[in-house]
Amino acid sequence: MTVAADERVARVGLARRLLIRPELGAVVGLVAVFTFFAAQSPVFRSPDGIANWLDPAATLGIMAVAVALLMIGGEFDLSAGVLTGTSGLILVTLATRFGFNVWLAMLVGLVVALAVGFANGLIVTRTKLPSFIVTLGTFLMLQGINLGVTKAITGTVQVSGLRRAEGFEGANAIFAGTIEIGGTSFRVAILWWIVVTALATWVLMRSRAGNWIFAVGGNEQAARAVGVPAARTKIALFMTTAFAAWLVGSILALRYTSVQANIGIGQEFIYIIAAVIGGCLLTGGYGSAIGAAIGAVIFGMADKGIVFLGWDADWFKFFLGGMLLLATLANRLVRRYAEEVRH
Amino acid sequence: MILETRGIGKTFGSVLALREVSMSVRAGQVMCVLGDNGAGKSTLIKILAGVHRHDTGAYLVDGSEVHLSSPRDALERGIATVYQDLAMIPLMSVWRNFFLGSEPRKGLAFDVAKARKVAREELRAMGIDIRDVDQPVGTLSGGERQSVAIARAVYFGARVLILDEPTSALGVKQAGVVLRYIARARDRGLGVVFITHNPHHAYPVGDRFLLLNRGASIGEYGKADITAQELTTLMAGGAELEELAHELRRE
Repeated sequence: MTVAADERVARVGLARRLLIRPELGAVVGLVAVFTFFAAQSPVFRSPDGIANWLDPAATLGIMAVAVALLMIGGEFDLSAGVLTGTSGLILVTLATRFGFNVWLAMLVGLVVALAVGFANGLIVTRTKLPSFIVTLGTFLMLQGINLGVTKAITGTVQVSGLRRAEGFEGANAIFAGTIEIGGTSFRVAILWWIVVTALATWVLMRSRAGNWIFAVGGNEQAARAVGVPAARTKIALFMTTAFAAWLVGSILALRYTSVQANIGIGQEFIYIIAAVIGGCLLTGGYGSAIGAAIGAVIFGMADKGIVFLGWDADWFKFFLGGMLLLATLANRLVRRYAEEVRH
Repeated sequence: MILETRGIGKTFGSVLALREVSMSVRAGQVMCVLGDNGAGKSTLIKILAGVHRHDTGAYLVDGSEVHLSSPRDALERGIATVYQDLAMIPLMSVWRNFFLGSEPRKGLAFDVAKARKVAREELRAMGIDIRDVDQPVGTLSGGERQSVAIARAVYFGARVLILDEPTSALGVKQAGVVLRYIARARDRGLGVVFITHNPHHAYPVGDRFLLLNRGASIGEYGKADITAQELTTLMAGGAELEELAHELRRE
Protein backbone atom coordinates (compact mmCIF):
# COMPACT_ATOMS: atom_id res chain seq x y z
CA MET A 1 0.00 0.00 0.00
CA THR A 2 2.80 2.39 0.81
CA VAL A 3 4.36 1.65 -2.54
CA ALA A 4 1.11 2.46 -4.29
CA ALA A 5 0.82 5.73 -2.35
CA ASP A 6 4.35 6.76 -3.28
CA GLU A 7 3.69 6.02 -6.88
CA ARG A 8 0.73 8.33 -6.94
CA VAL A 9 2.54 11.16 -5.19
CA ALA A 10 5.29 10.97 -7.78
CA ARG A 11 2.73 11.34 -10.52
CA VAL A 12 1.66 14.75 -9.19
CA GLY A 13 5.09 16.07 -10.08
CA LEU A 14 6.96 19.26 -9.36
CA ALA A 15 5.73 20.99 -12.49
CA ARG A 16 2.13 20.53 -11.45
CA ARG A 17 2.82 21.77 -7.93
CA LEU A 18 4.38 24.96 -9.33
CA LEU A 19 1.61 25.34 -11.86
CA ILE A 20 -1.10 25.40 -9.26
CA ARG A 21 0.54 28.29 -7.41
CA PRO A 22 -1.67 31.29 -8.21
CA GLU A 23 1.29 33.67 -8.58
CA LEU A 24 3.00 31.73 -11.34
CA GLY A 25 1.41 33.60 -14.25
CA ALA A 26 2.22 36.96 -12.66
CA VAL A 27 5.87 36.01 -12.07
CA VAL A 28 6.27 34.97 -15.69
CA GLY A 29 4.62 38.23 -16.77
CA LEU A 30 6.88 40.23 -14.44
CA VAL A 31 10.06 38.71 -15.88
CA ALA A 32 8.84 39.18 -19.44
CA VAL A 33 7.81 42.82 -18.98
CA PHE A 34 10.94 43.74 -17.05
CA THR A 35 13.19 42.11 -19.66
CA PHE A 36 11.35 43.85 -22.46
CA PHE A 37 11.72 47.38 -21.06
CA ALA A 38 15.09 46.91 -19.36
CA ALA A 39 16.65 45.67 -22.61
CA GLN A 40 15.66 48.83 -24.46
CA SER A 41 15.92 51.52 -21.82
CA PRO A 42 18.98 51.99 -19.58
CA VAL A 43 17.00 54.50 -17.50
CA PHE A 44 14.37 51.86 -16.79
CA ARG A 45 16.87 49.51 -15.17
CA SER A 46 18.77 52.24 -13.26
CA PRO A 47 18.03 52.75 -9.52
CA ASP A 48 16.30 56.04 -10.30
CA GLY A 49 14.20 54.34 -12.92
CA ILE A 50 13.27 51.55 -10.53
CA ALA A 51 12.25 54.08 -7.86
CA ASN A 52 10.22 55.78 -10.56
CA TRP A 53 8.16 52.75 -11.62
CA LEU A 54 7.86 51.33 -8.12
CA ASP A 55 5.95 54.44 -7.05
CA PRO A 56 2.77 53.90 -9.12
CA ALA A 57 3.13 50.19 -8.36
CA ALA A 58 3.01 50.97 -4.63
CA THR A 59 -0.20 53.02 -4.47
CA LEU A 60 -1.89 50.67 -6.92
CA GLY A 61 -0.44 47.67 -5.11
CA ILE A 62 -1.89 48.59 -1.71
CA MET A 63 -5.33 48.65 -3.29
CA ALA A 64 -4.76 45.57 -5.45
CA VAL A 65 -3.72 43.50 -2.45
CA ALA A 66 -6.81 44.48 -0.45
CA VAL A 67 -9.04 43.93 -3.48
CA ALA A 68 -7.37 40.52 -4.01
CA LEU A 69 -8.32 39.47 -0.47
CA LEU A 70 -11.88 40.58 -1.13
CA MET A 71 -11.96 38.73 -4.46
CA ILE A 72 -10.61 35.55 -2.88
CA GLY A 73 -13.49 35.99 -0.43
CA GLY A 74 -15.79 35.95 -3.45
CA GLU A 75 -16.80 39.62 -3.68
CA PHE A 76 -16.05 42.78 -5.67
CA ASP A 77 -15.78 46.37 -4.59
CA LEU A 78 -16.38 48.89 -7.35
CA SER A 79 -16.49 51.76 -4.85
CA ALA A 80 -12.85 51.27 -3.79
CA GLY A 81 -11.40 53.75 -6.31
CA VAL A 82 -13.81 56.56 -5.56
CA LEU A 83 -13.40 55.93 -1.84
CA THR A 84 -9.70 56.87 -2.13
CA GLY A 85 -11.00 60.23 -3.42
CA THR A 86 -13.58 60.53 -0.64
CA SER A 87 -10.94 59.87 2.04
CA GLY A 88 -8.56 62.41 0.51
CA LEU A 89 -11.30 65.01 0.12
CA ILE A 90 -12.36 64.61 3.75
CA LEU A 91 -8.76 65.00 4.88
CA VAL A 92 -8.04 68.13 2.86
CA THR A 93 -11.44 69.75 3.37
CA LEU A 94 -11.47 69.31 7.15
CA ALA A 95 -7.85 70.43 7.50
CA THR A 96 -8.09 73.47 5.24
CA ARG A 97 -11.69 74.67 5.61
CA PHE A 98 -12.57 73.65 9.15
CA GLY A 99 -9.23 74.06 10.89
CA PHE A 100 -8.79 70.40 11.83
CA ASN A 101 -5.37 69.08 12.69
CA VAL A 102 -4.18 66.85 9.80
CA TRP A 103 -4.06 63.80 12.04
CA LEU A 104 -7.58 64.37 13.31
CA ALA A 105 -8.81 64.94 9.77
CA MET A 106 -7.19 61.64 8.76
CA LEU A 107 -8.91 59.91 11.63
CA VAL A 108 -12.29 61.25 10.51
CA GLY A 109 -11.50 60.05 6.98
CA LEU A 110 -10.66 56.61 8.34
CA VAL A 111 -13.92 56.39 10.29
CA VAL A 112 -15.95 57.40 7.23
CA ALA A 113 -14.07 54.96 4.97
CA LEU A 114 -14.55 52.07 7.39
CA ALA A 115 -18.24 52.98 7.70
CA VAL A 116 -18.61 52.81 3.90
CA GLY A 117 -16.84 49.44 3.87
CA PHE A 118 -19.04 48.20 6.68
CA ALA A 119 -22.17 49.36 4.87
CA ASN A 120 -21.06 47.64 1.65
CA GLY A 121 -20.40 44.42 3.54
CA LEU A 122 -23.59 44.56 5.55
CA ILE A 123 -25.79 45.15 2.50
CA VAL A 124 -24.08 42.37 0.53
CA THR A 125 -24.26 39.80 3.32
CA ARG A 126 -27.80 40.67 4.43
CA THR A 127 -29.47 40.96 1.03
CA LYS A 128 -27.35 38.35 -0.80
CA LEU A 129 -27.35 40.73 -3.76
CA PRO A 130 -24.28 40.53 -5.99
CA SER A 131 -21.58 42.83 -4.60
CA PHE A 132 -21.04 44.05 -8.15
CA ILE A 133 -24.43 45.78 -8.04
CA VAL A 134 -24.29 46.91 -4.41
CA THR A 135 -20.88 48.51 -4.73
CA LEU A 136 -21.79 49.96 -8.13
CA GLY A 137 -24.49 51.80 -6.19
CA THR A 138 -22.02 52.99 -3.55
CA PHE A 139 -19.61 53.94 -6.32
CA LEU A 140 -22.16 56.24 -7.96
CA MET A 141 -23.32 57.66 -4.64
CA LEU A 142 -19.79 58.46 -3.50
CA GLN A 143 -18.97 59.95 -6.89
CA GLY A 144 -21.97 62.26 -6.50
CA ILE A 145 -21.09 63.18 -2.93
CA ASN A 146 -17.45 63.87 -3.82
CA LEU A 147 -18.41 66.33 -6.54
CA GLY A 148 -21.50 67.77 -4.87
CA VAL A 149 -19.96 68.49 -1.48
CA THR A 150 -16.70 69.77 -2.93
CA LYS A 151 -18.54 72.19 -5.21
CA ALA A 152 -20.83 73.33 -2.39
CA ILE A 153 -17.89 74.10 -0.10
CA THR A 154 -15.27 75.46 -2.45
CA GLY A 155 -17.24 76.46 -5.52
CA THR A 156 -14.69 74.52 -7.59
CA VAL A 157 -14.00 70.83 -8.22
CA GLN A 158 -10.91 70.62 -6.08
CA VAL A 159 -9.70 71.39 -2.57
CA SER A 160 -6.11 72.43 -1.95
CA GLY A 161 -3.76 74.10 0.52
CA LEU A 162 -3.09 71.16 2.79
CA ARG A 163 0.53 72.25 3.17
CA ARG A 164 -0.49 75.09 5.50
CA ALA A 165 -2.53 72.86 7.79
CA GLU A 166 -1.42 72.01 11.30
CA GLY A 167 0.36 68.67 11.61
CA PHE A 168 1.08 68.45 7.89
CA GLU A 169 4.86 68.00 8.19
CA GLY A 170 4.67 64.90 10.38
CA ALA A 171 1.89 63.21 8.45
CA ASN A 172 3.58 64.05 5.18
CA ALA A 173 6.85 62.47 6.30
CA ILE A 174 5.16 59.25 7.36
CA PHE A 175 2.75 58.81 4.46
CA ALA A 176 4.13 60.79 1.56
CA GLY A 177 7.85 61.27 2.24
CA THR A 178 10.88 59.71 0.61
CA ILE A 179 13.67 57.45 1.85
CA GLU A 180 17.23 57.61 0.57
CA ILE A 181 18.74 54.24 -0.30
CA GLY A 182 22.17 54.33 -1.96
CA GLY A 183 21.69 57.86 -3.27
CA THR A 184 18.29 57.13 -4.78
CA SER A 185 15.17 58.44 -3.14
CA PHE A 186 12.29 56.01 -2.92
CA ARG A 187 8.76 57.01 -2.02
CA VAL A 188 7.75 55.90 1.47
CA ALA A 189 4.53 54.57 -0.08
CA ILE A 190 6.64 51.65 -1.34
CA LEU A 191 7.30 50.71 2.27
CA TRP A 192 3.58 50.86 3.11
CA TRP A 193 2.88 48.67 0.11
CA ILE A 194 5.44 46.07 1.26
CA VAL A 195 3.99 46.10 4.77
CA VAL A 196 0.43 45.71 3.47
CA THR A 197 1.45 42.87 1.15
CA ALA A 198 3.38 41.04 3.87
CA LEU A 199 0.52 41.43 6.33
CA ALA A 200 -2.08 40.29 3.80
CA THR A 201 0.02 37.27 2.85
CA TRP A 202 0.44 36.32 6.48
CA VAL A 203 -3.28 36.64 7.14
CA LEU A 204 -4.13 34.61 4.06
CA MET A 205 -1.63 31.79 4.52
CA ARG A 206 -1.02 31.65 8.24
CA SER A 207 -4.11 32.79 10.09
CA ARG A 208 -7.55 31.38 10.76
CA ALA A 209 -9.09 34.37 9.03
CA GLY A 210 -7.14 33.40 5.91
CA ASN A 211 -8.65 29.95 5.91
CA TRP A 212 -12.09 31.55 6.27
CA ILE A 213 -11.43 33.95 3.37
CA PHE A 214 -10.60 31.08 1.01
CA ALA A 215 -13.59 29.16 2.29
CA VAL A 216 -16.27 31.86 1.94
CA GLY A 217 -15.03 32.55 -1.58
CA GLY A 218 -14.78 28.88 -2.48
CA ASN A 219 -18.16 27.79 -1.21
CA GLU A 220 -19.95 30.03 1.24
CA GLN A 221 -22.63 27.51 2.23
CA ALA A 222 -20.10 24.76 2.92
CA ALA A 223 -18.03 27.19 4.98
CA ARG A 224 -21.05 28.26 6.99
CA ALA A 225 -21.99 24.63 7.58
CA VAL A 226 -18.70 23.92 9.36
CA GLY A 227 -19.02 27.01 11.51
CA VAL A 228 -17.13 29.70 9.59
CA PRO A 229 -18.59 33.13 10.40
CA ALA A 230 -19.13 33.94 6.72
CA ALA A 231 -20.91 37.27 7.07
CA ARG A 232 -18.36 38.61 9.55
CA THR A 233 -15.49 37.51 7.30
CA LYS A 234 -16.99 39.27 4.28
CA ILE A 235 -17.78 42.46 6.16
CA ALA A 236 -14.20 42.50 7.48
CA LEU A 237 -12.94 42.13 3.90
CA PHE A 238 -15.00 45.08 2.68
CA MET A 239 -13.66 47.10 5.61
CA THR A 240 -10.10 46.06 4.74
CA THR A 241 -10.59 47.34 1.20
CA ALA A 242 -12.00 50.56 2.64
CA PHE A 243 -8.99 50.86 4.95
CA ALA A 244 -6.66 50.47 1.98
CA ALA A 245 -8.63 53.11 0.10
CA TRP A 246 -8.24 55.46 3.05
CA LEU A 247 -4.48 54.76 3.20
CA VAL A 248 -3.96 55.39 -0.51
CA GLY A 249 -6.29 58.41 -0.49
CA SER A 250 -4.36 59.93 2.42
CA ILE A 251 -0.97 59.18 0.83
CA LEU A 252 -1.99 60.89 -2.41
CA ALA A 253 -3.64 63.85 -0.65
CA LEU A 254 -0.56 64.45 1.52
CA ARG A 255 1.74 64.11 -1.49
CA TYR A 256 -0.08 66.53 -3.81
CA THR A 257 -1.62 68.66 -0.98
CA SER A 258 -4.75 68.97 -3.08
CA VAL A 259 -7.45 66.58 -4.26
CA GLN A 260 -9.60 66.66 -7.37
CA ALA A 261 -13.23 65.76 -6.67
CA ASN A 262 -13.28 63.22 -9.51
CA ILE A 263 -10.15 61.35 -8.46
CA GLY A 264 -10.19 57.56 -8.33
CA ILE A 265 -12.99 57.06 -10.85
CA GLY A 266 -12.08 54.14 -13.12
CA GLN A 267 -9.35 52.93 -10.79
CA GLU A 268 -11.59 50.21 -9.33
CA PHE A 269 -11.18 48.16 -12.50
CA ILE A 270 -7.41 48.62 -12.49
CA TYR A 271 -7.32 47.11 -8.97
CA ILE A 272 -9.39 44.16 -10.11
CA ILE A 273 -7.21 43.69 -13.21
CA ALA A 274 -4.03 43.71 -11.09
CA ALA A 275 -5.57 41.12 -8.75
CA VAL A 276 -6.61 38.94 -11.69
CA ILE A 277 -3.14 39.18 -13.27
CA GLY A 278 -1.88 38.13 -9.83
CA GLY A 279 -3.88 34.90 -10.06
CA CYS A 280 -7.22 35.72 -8.41
CA LEU A 281 -10.20 33.96 -9.90
CA LEU A 282 -13.19 36.17 -10.66
CA THR A 283 -15.35 33.47 -9.10
CA GLY A 284 -13.50 33.64 -5.76
CA GLY A 285 -11.83 31.09 -3.52
CA TYR A 286 -8.44 31.23 -5.15
CA GLY A 287 -5.66 33.77 -5.45
CA SER A 288 -2.76 35.43 -3.71
CA ALA A 289 -1.80 38.73 -2.13
CA ILE A 290 1.77 38.55 -3.45
CA GLY A 291 0.35 37.84 -6.89
CA ALA A 292 -1.71 41.02 -6.75
CA ALA A 293 1.37 42.97 -5.62
CA ILE A 294 3.28 41.57 -8.59
CA GLY A 295 0.35 42.46 -10.84
CA ALA A 296 0.72 46.03 -9.58
CA VAL A 297 4.47 46.01 -10.37
CA ILE A 298 3.73 44.90 -13.94
CA PHE A 299 1.39 47.88 -14.17
CA GLY A 300 3.94 50.29 -12.77
CA MET A 301 6.59 49.00 -15.19
CA ALA A 302 4.35 49.27 -18.21
CA ASP A 303 3.01 52.66 -17.16
CA LYS A 304 6.47 54.23 -16.84
CA GLY A 305 8.30 51.97 -19.28
CA ILE A 306 6.17 53.14 -22.18
CA VAL A 307 7.11 56.71 -21.31
CA PHE A 308 10.82 55.85 -20.98
CA LEU A 309 10.75 54.34 -24.45
CA GLY A 310 9.16 57.51 -25.74
CA TRP A 311 6.01 55.79 -26.93
CA ASP A 312 2.58 57.29 -26.91
CA ALA A 313 1.01 56.63 -23.48
CA ASP A 314 -2.17 55.47 -25.22
CA TRP A 315 -0.46 52.16 -25.86
CA PHE A 316 -0.70 51.48 -22.15
CA LYS A 317 -4.38 50.62 -22.46
CA PHE A 318 -3.65 48.16 -25.26
CA PHE A 319 -1.01 46.52 -23.12
CA LEU A 320 -3.44 46.36 -20.21
CA GLY A 321 -6.08 44.55 -22.20
CA GLY A 322 -3.55 42.06 -23.54
CA MET A 323 -2.19 41.27 -20.09
CA LEU A 324 -5.70 40.81 -18.70
CA LEU A 325 -6.69 38.36 -21.43
CA LEU A 326 -3.50 36.34 -21.06
CA ALA A 327 -3.83 36.25 -17.28
CA THR A 328 -7.45 35.09 -17.35
CA LEU A 329 -6.59 32.34 -19.81
CA ALA A 330 -3.69 31.20 -17.62
CA ASN A 331 -5.94 31.25 -14.54
CA ARG A 332 -8.54 29.13 -16.24
CA LEU A 333 -5.93 26.48 -16.97
CA VAL A 334 -4.76 26.58 -13.35
CA ARG A 335 -8.27 26.18 -12.05
CA ARG A 336 -8.91 23.23 -14.32
CA TYR A 337 -5.72 21.61 -13.08
CA ALA A 338 -6.64 22.19 -9.45
CA GLU A 339 -10.24 21.04 -9.73
CA GLU A 340 -9.67 18.08 -11.99
CA VAL A 341 -11.29 15.09 -10.30
CA ARG A 342 -9.35 11.86 -10.39
CA HIS A 343 -11.01 8.63 -9.35
CA MET B 1 -29.94 9.18 24.51
CA ILE B 2 -27.72 11.84 22.98
CA LEU B 3 -30.21 13.33 20.63
CA GLU B 4 -33.99 13.15 20.51
CA THR B 5 -36.90 14.83 18.78
CA ARG B 6 -40.47 14.69 20.05
CA GLY B 7 -43.23 15.53 17.59
CA ILE B 8 -41.04 18.04 15.83
CA GLY B 9 -42.44 20.11 12.97
CA LYS B 10 -41.50 22.89 10.56
CA THR B 11 -43.43 25.06 8.12
CA PHE B 12 -42.08 27.29 5.39
CA GLY B 13 -44.79 29.82 4.68
CA SER B 14 -47.80 27.72 3.76
CA VAL B 15 -45.77 24.56 3.17
CA LEU B 16 -45.77 21.95 5.91
CA ALA B 17 -42.27 20.57 5.44
CA LEU B 18 -42.24 18.35 8.51
CA ARG B 19 -45.01 17.16 10.86
CA GLU B 20 -44.84 15.37 14.18
CA VAL B 21 -41.59 13.51 13.71
CA SER B 22 -40.08 11.72 16.71
CA MET B 23 -36.73 10.00 16.66
CA SER B 24 -33.70 9.39 18.85
CA VAL B 25 -30.05 8.38 18.63
CA ARG B 26 -27.90 6.66 21.24
CA ALA B 27 -24.13 6.54 21.39
CA GLY B 28 -22.70 3.74 19.26
CA GLN B 29 -25.92 3.45 17.26
CA VAL B 30 -26.76 4.19 13.64
CA MET B 31 -30.16 5.75 13.07
CA CYS B 32 -31.14 5.60 9.41
CA VAL B 33 -33.60 8.18 8.11
CA LEU B 34 -35.17 6.92 4.90
CA GLY B 35 -37.50 8.62 2.52
CA ASP B 36 -38.03 9.56 -1.09
CA ASN B 37 -37.37 13.01 -2.49
CA GLY B 38 -39.50 15.60 -0.71
CA ALA B 39 -40.14 13.31 2.28
CA GLY B 40 -38.73 15.89 4.69
CA LYS B 41 -35.32 14.31 5.26
CA SER B 42 -33.40 17.52 4.54
CA THR B 43 -35.70 19.60 6.71
CA LEU B 44 -35.22 17.17 9.58
CA ILE B 45 -31.43 17.16 9.37
CA LYS B 46 -31.30 20.91 8.96
CA ILE B 47 -33.21 21.22 12.23
CA LEU B 48 -30.89 18.71 13.90
CA ALA B 49 -27.85 20.55 12.52
CA GLY B 50 -29.00 23.96 13.71
CA VAL B 51 -29.59 25.43 10.23
CA HIS B 52 -33.36 25.76 10.71
CA ARG B 53 -35.29 26.20 13.92
CA HIS B 54 -38.27 23.92 14.53
CA ASP B 55 -41.75 25.47 14.91
CA THR B 56 -43.45 22.76 16.93
CA GLY B 57 -42.43 19.88 19.17
CA ALA B 58 -39.25 19.53 21.18
CA TYR B 59 -35.60 18.94 20.32
CA LEU B 60 -33.56 17.41 23.13
CA VAL B 61 -29.81 17.04 23.46
CA ASP B 62 -28.66 14.87 26.36
CA GLY B 63 -32.22 14.89 27.65
CA SER B 64 -32.70 18.64 27.92
CA GLU B 65 -34.55 20.79 25.44
CA VAL B 66 -32.51 23.07 23.17
CA HIS B 67 -33.12 25.75 20.55
CA LEU B 68 -30.01 25.74 18.40
CA SER B 69 -29.16 29.16 17.05
CA SER B 70 -26.66 28.16 14.35
CA PRO B 71 -24.63 25.25 12.94
CA ARG B 72 -21.82 26.45 15.17
CA ASP B 73 -24.04 26.09 18.22
CA ALA B 74 -24.81 22.49 17.17
CA LEU B 75 -21.11 21.81 16.67
CA GLU B 76 -20.31 23.06 20.14
CA ARG B 77 -22.78 20.52 21.51
CA GLY B 78 -21.02 17.76 19.61
CA ILE B 79 -23.46 17.52 16.72
CA ALA B 80 -21.56 17.49 13.43
CA THR B 81 -23.17 17.39 10.01
CA VAL B 82 -21.62 16.20 6.76
CA TYR B 83 -23.57 17.39 3.74
CA GLN B 84 -23.63 15.50 0.51
CA ASP B 85 -22.88 18.28 -1.91
CA LEU B 86 -21.23 20.86 0.25
CA ALA B 87 -19.03 18.85 2.52
CA MET B 88 -15.77 20.31 1.22
CA ILE B 89 -14.34 23.28 -0.60
CA PRO B 90 -12.78 21.99 -3.83
CA LEU B 91 -10.06 24.60 -4.35
CA MET B 92 -8.68 24.28 -0.82
CA SER B 93 -6.18 21.66 0.24
CA VAL B 94 -7.17 18.60 2.27
CA TRP B 95 -5.60 19.92 5.49
CA ARG B 96 -7.17 23.37 5.12
CA ASN B 97 -10.55 21.72 4.66
CA PHE B 98 -9.95 19.34 7.52
CA PHE B 99 -9.53 22.18 10.03
CA LEU B 100 -11.92 24.66 8.45
CA GLY B 101 -13.90 26.48 11.12
CA SER B 102 -11.84 24.93 13.96
CA GLU B 103 -8.29 25.90 13.07
CA PRO B 104 -5.66 25.07 15.71
CA ARG B 105 -3.92 28.19 16.95
CA LYS B 106 -0.39 28.98 17.93
CA GLY B 107 -0.44 32.43 19.43
CA LEU B 108 -2.29 34.55 16.88
CA ALA B 109 -1.43 32.29 13.99
CA PHE B 110 -3.08 29.26 12.44
CA ASP B 111 -0.75 26.40 13.40
CA VAL B 112 -0.19 25.18 9.85
CA ALA B 113 2.46 22.58 10.69
CA LYS B 114 0.20 20.96 13.27
CA ALA B 115 -2.78 21.07 10.92
CA ARG B 116 -0.86 19.25 8.18
CA LYS B 117 0.48 16.65 10.56
CA VAL B 118 -2.79 15.94 12.38
CA ALA B 119 -4.77 15.76 9.13
CA ARG B 120 -2.34 13.19 7.75
CA GLU B 121 -2.38 11.12 10.95
CA GLU B 122 -6.15 11.23 11.44
CA LEU B 123 -6.87 10.16 7.91
CA ARG B 124 -4.46 7.29 8.25
CA ALA B 125 -6.03 6.28 11.59
CA MET B 126 -9.45 6.08 9.91
CA GLY B 127 -7.84 3.95 7.23
CA ILE B 128 -8.30 6.62 4.58
CA ASP B 129 -5.65 6.43 1.93
CA ILE B 130 -5.05 10.00 0.77
CA ARG B 131 -2.12 10.59 -1.54
CA ASP B 132 -1.10 13.97 -0.23
CA VAL B 133 -2.79 16.33 2.25
CA ASP B 134 -1.60 19.36 0.23
CA GLN B 135 -3.65 18.47 -2.80
CA PRO B 136 -6.87 20.39 -3.40
CA VAL B 137 -9.97 18.51 -2.29
CA GLY B 138 -11.30 18.93 -5.83
CA THR B 139 -8.86 16.27 -6.94
CA LEU B 140 -10.36 13.66 -4.57
CA SER B 141 -13.12 11.29 -5.60
CA GLY B 142 -16.60 11.66 -4.11
CA GLY B 143 -16.10 8.79 -1.66
CA GLU B 144 -12.77 10.17 -0.50
CA ARG B 145 -14.34 13.58 0.14
CA GLN B 146 -17.09 12.06 2.26
CA SER B 147 -14.54 10.00 4.15
CA VAL B 148 -12.36 13.02 4.88
CA ALA B 149 -15.43 14.88 6.13
CA ILE B 150 -16.34 11.98 8.43
CA ALA B 151 -12.78 11.71 9.75
CA ARG B 152 -12.86 15.45 10.42
CA ALA B 153 -16.07 15.25 12.41
CA VAL B 154 -14.75 12.30 14.44
CA TYR B 155 -11.51 14.14 15.18
CA PHE B 156 -13.35 17.22 16.43
CA GLY B 157 -15.08 15.21 19.10
CA ALA B 158 -18.43 14.89 17.45
CA ARG B 159 -20.72 12.73 19.55
CA VAL B 160 -23.39 12.66 16.90
CA LEU B 161 -22.61 12.51 13.22
CA ILE B 162 -25.36 13.55 10.82
CA LEU B 163 -24.67 12.30 7.31
CA ASP B 164 -26.78 13.74 4.51
CA GLU B 165 -27.00 11.22 1.67
CA PRO B 166 -23.29 10.40 1.84
CA THR B 167 -23.61 7.48 -0.57
CA SER B 168 -26.20 8.67 -3.04
CA ALA B 169 -23.83 10.10 -5.66
CA LEU B 170 -21.39 7.21 -5.40
CA GLY B 171 -20.76 4.00 -7.26
CA VAL B 172 -21.15 0.64 -5.54
CA LYS B 173 -17.52 0.32 -4.52
CA GLN B 174 -17.19 3.92 -3.30
CA ALA B 175 -20.44 3.63 -1.33
CA GLY B 176 -19.03 0.54 0.36
CA VAL B 177 -15.98 2.55 1.45
CA VAL B 178 -18.17 5.23 3.01
CA LEU B 179 -20.37 2.65 4.77
CA ARG B 180 -17.24 1.15 6.28
CA TYR B 181 -16.30 4.55 7.78
CA ILE B 182 -19.81 4.93 9.15
CA ALA B 183 -19.39 1.58 10.91
CA ARG B 184 -15.98 2.68 12.16
CA ALA B 185 -17.40 5.90 13.58
CA ARG B 186 -20.16 3.89 15.26
CA ASP B 187 -17.57 1.54 16.76
CA ARG B 188 -15.79 4.55 18.19
CA GLY B 189 -18.96 5.25 20.15
CA LEU B 190 -20.53 7.97 18.03
CA GLY B 191 -24.22 8.23 17.43
CA VAL B 192 -24.85 8.39 13.69
CA VAL B 193 -27.87 9.79 11.86
CA PHE B 194 -27.58 8.42 8.35
CA ILE B 195 -29.91 9.97 5.80
CA THR B 196 -30.43 8.05 2.60
CA HIS B 197 -33.05 7.01 0.08
CA ASN B 198 -31.33 3.69 -0.52
CA PRO B 199 -32.51 0.91 1.82
CA HIS B 200 -29.70 -1.33 0.55
CA HIS B 201 -27.18 1.10 1.99
CA ALA B 202 -29.13 1.68 5.18
CA TYR B 203 -29.96 -1.87 6.18
CA PRO B 204 -26.46 -3.38 6.63
CA VAL B 205 -25.18 -0.52 8.79
CA GLY B 206 -28.32 0.68 10.57
CA ASP B 207 -29.61 -0.19 14.04
CA ARG B 208 -32.88 1.73 13.80
CA PHE B 209 -34.83 2.97 10.80
CA LEU B 210 -37.10 6.00 10.59
CA LEU B 211 -39.23 6.18 7.47
CA LEU B 212 -40.51 9.52 6.26
CA ASN B 213 -43.11 10.24 3.64
CA ARG B 214 -44.50 13.63 2.62
CA GLY B 215 -43.13 15.29 5.73
CA ALA B 216 -44.49 12.79 8.26
CA SER B 217 -43.17 9.66 9.91
CA ILE B 218 -44.55 6.37 8.62
CA GLY B 219 -42.85 4.35 11.30
CA GLU B 220 -39.71 3.73 13.30
CA TYR B 221 -38.30 0.22 13.44
CA GLY B 222 -35.48 -1.64 15.19
CA LYS B 223 -33.38 -3.89 13.03
CA ALA B 224 -34.96 -6.96 14.66
CA ASP B 225 -38.45 -5.82 13.66
CA ILE B 226 -37.92 -5.46 9.96
CA THR B 227 -36.22 -7.22 7.05
CA ALA B 228 -34.37 -5.54 4.21
CA GLN B 229 -37.17 -6.61 1.89
CA GLU B 230 -39.85 -5.05 4.08
CA LEU B 231 -37.83 -1.88 4.40
CA THR B 232 -37.54 -1.58 0.64
CA THR B 233 -41.24 -2.19 0.17
CA LEU B 234 -42.19 0.36 2.83
CA MET B 235 -39.81 2.90 1.37
CA ALA B 236 -41.27 2.63 -2.08
CA GLY B 237 -44.80 2.69 -0.70
CA GLY B 238 -45.81 -0.98 -1.17
CA ALA B 239 -49.01 -0.44 -3.09
CA GLU B 240 -47.41 2.07 -5.45
CA LEU B 241 -44.66 -0.37 -6.27
CA GLU B 242 -47.13 -3.14 -7.04
CA GLU B 243 -49.06 -0.80 -9.23
CA LEU B 244 -45.88 0.14 -11.05
CA ALA B 245 -44.96 -3.51 -11.50
CA HIS B 246 -48.40 -4.11 -12.95
CA GLU B 247 -48.08 -1.15 -15.26
CA LEU B 248 -44.66 -2.18 -16.52
CA ARG B 249 -45.56 -5.82 -17.06
CA ARG B 250 -45.24 -7.06 -20.63
CA GLU B 251 -48.53 -7.59 -22.32
